[in-house]
Amino acid sequence: MSDQGNRLGRLLSWDAAVVLVTVTVLIVASGAVENFGTSRNFTFLLLDLLPIALVALPMTFIIVTGEIDLSVASTLGLTSAVMGSLWDAGLSIETIIPLCIVLGAVLGALNGFFVTVLKLPSLAVTIGTLALYRGLAFVVLGDGAVADFPRAYTSWVTGTLGDGPIPNVLVPLAVVALVFGVVLHATPIGRGVFAAGAGEQAARFAGIRTGRLKFWLYVVSGAVAGVAGVLWTLRYSSARADNGYGLELAVVAAVLLGGVSIFGGKGTLPGVLAGVVLLASLQNALRLQDVSNEALNIVTGVLLIVSVLLPNIVSSARTALRRRHRATAPSAVSPER
Amino acid sequence: MSRRFLTGAVSAGLVLVLAACGGTTKDDSSGSGAQQSTATANPNAAAKEGVKMAFLPKQLNNPYSDIEVSGGKAALGELKGEYKLVGPNDASASSQVSYINTLIQQQQDVIGIAANDPNAVCPSLNQARSAGIKVVAFDSDAAKDCRDVFINQATTQGIGEALAKQAKDLSGGSGEIAVLSATPNATNQNAWIEVLKKELAKPEYASLKLDKVAYGNDDDQKSFQEAQGLLQSFPNLKVIVAPTTVGIAAAARYVSSSSYKGKVAVTGLGTPNQMRAFVKDGTVKQFALWNPADIGYLAAYAGVALKSGQISGKDGEKFKAGKLGDYTIGANGEIVLGPPTTFDANNIDKFNF
Repeated sequence: MSDQGNRLGRLLSWDAAVVLVTVTVLIVASGAVENFGTSRNFTFLLLDLLPIALVALPMTFIIVTGEIDLSVASTLGLTSAVMGSLWDAGLSIETIIPLCIVLGAVLGALNGFFVTVLKLPSLAVTIGTLALYRGLAFVVLGDGAVADFPRAYTSWVTGTLGDGPIPNVLVPLAVVALVFGVVLHATPIGRGVFAAGAGEQAARFAGIRTGRLKFWLYVVSGAVAGVAGVLWTLRYSSARADNGYGLELAVVAAVLLGGVSIFGGKGTLPGVLAGVVLLASLQNALRLQDVSNEALNIVTGVLLIVSVLLPNIVSSARTALRRRHRATAPSAVSPER
Repeated sequence: MSRRFLTGAVSAGLVLVLAACGGTTKDDSSGSGAQQSTATANPNAAAKEGVKMAFLPKQLNNPYSDIEVSGGKAALGELKGEYKLVGPNDASASSQVSYINTLIQQQQDVIGIAANDPNAVCPSLNQARSAGIKVVAFDSDAAKDCRDVFINQATTQGIGEALAKQAKDLSGGSGEIAVLSATPNATNQNAWIEVLKKELAKPEYASLKLDKVAYGNDDDQKSFQEAQGLLQSFPNLKVIVAPTTVGIAAAARYVSSSSYKGKVAVTGLGTPNQMRAFVKDGTVKQFALWNPADIGYLAAYAGVALKSGQISGKDGEKFKAGKLGDYTIGANGEIVLGPPTTFDANNIDKFNF
């Protein structure tokens, strides 16, 4: 394949397509949906998608290595519950927040230990810890809620920069997203992640310690879920054991829609973030149009199935084309496409 | 290298802990930015037509909340307003927030909400109120400073007293009774049982004895087994009081098919439709509940009265609520629907919910 062919391939790649579709949806919705394009709605939209986007960052790494972490939402819930009970016990918020992030990391490390040291399948492990951590959250806080968090913190998390449309929280999160993007796409660590996903054996022969790498990815995933738990609690000024319930599926859906292969080895972070924005803005726009939840779920489901089907259809069409080429010109060098 | 990293990490940790020593704790008084309405009400203002009111129940497709909002729809029909129903499919605390945000964007006039969590919805409800939207909480209150009024289906005191009175009437004034509740940590049920116990401590209830509070976890099968267990453990039991619709139906089903039928009374809180058969076959003589449709009906009338400026949510203000008659706002913007309705063989066929 020539350089030109490569570039064309990049342009037509799935994640580029998702970015394009997302931008299109945003533009069309701003024009067609009443009240969608206002700055206040922009704030609502961002505040709604930030926790999903945040948790999706480490999730992308993990899915690219060919593993999965379904316990993130339960980690968020347990962090929130612990945050509430520590606050009730009279600890200062400045102590509680780092403790909660450390707790998230520990919960992630437990996943990592099971997956990399005991070599258990990550799907089974994290479904197990999904139930375990959520159960612990209810043990810690029961059915109740803790709500009297300091206003300085809660209003910062729900507030915007200088009363504009940009939420305060977006600033640190954008920096975090940038760091994750650079690490994944421009460092040896990122190359190791892709290599581990493309083929565990080959990656090991190339000297990549896949086990250690995956372990730390789970730790980071847990810590980030801990951060999300803290932000969630402050945004809704309510620490509850059921916080973030079901969020893991929204995150995995966005990651897959963003062009990450569930089998590992393929995907980009910009694609994932576009996937998050696409799902959230579709939901927001359809709700403004009074579309029912059922219809919303159907749209999301169809979108996901299409996102899994389409790349397959495209690639098999390409193979068929190539075969036909070979049949007509058996002696030709590989044709330019 | 790694040792240096470790030292760095430890000292960073120490700095964090030290920094935390002078932090913000629970005991620091935090001023709650309560929004007190400064509006003055004019009880003689005309009721506005075309008021857009959206109902946001705890979750959609729940039979109970469907009945509640149907009352709201009927009331808005009478008031020539526009009714809308939105809501999440799961009753989690934060899921309602994005719906409130959508309603703000759509510039509704009134939001009627049954809050899944009193505080999680607070910031967005206050955003709605600053945008001129009136907020009526019903069924399950939001924090006091984020809504204009709260429609309370019944006071805790009223329900507890009603349960005690049922037990006394059905036992003939003396004997052993037991309670079959929902989960051990159900807020409503526990509050009602507390009042029931206080009532039973009074002299006029001296000859009633509460044997046990059993928990069926609002699960049909578990409630059924608990009812069975109560009757086996306490052979002299006269009344089972179940302050939960799941419990009362399961207990009635067990008693109706056992030798205890006619000897042991089942009462508590239930809906006419689920209890009709047991009332007809004589298992259940009477039970009570508020009419959920009336909650939504009253919420809609309160919402339109707020939007029309007839009330502002202050103690002592009065407004008319169609077929339900006149209401007065109590302390903290609470509007109590009234005492629970008692259902028996004579009136049960008038109700369909």
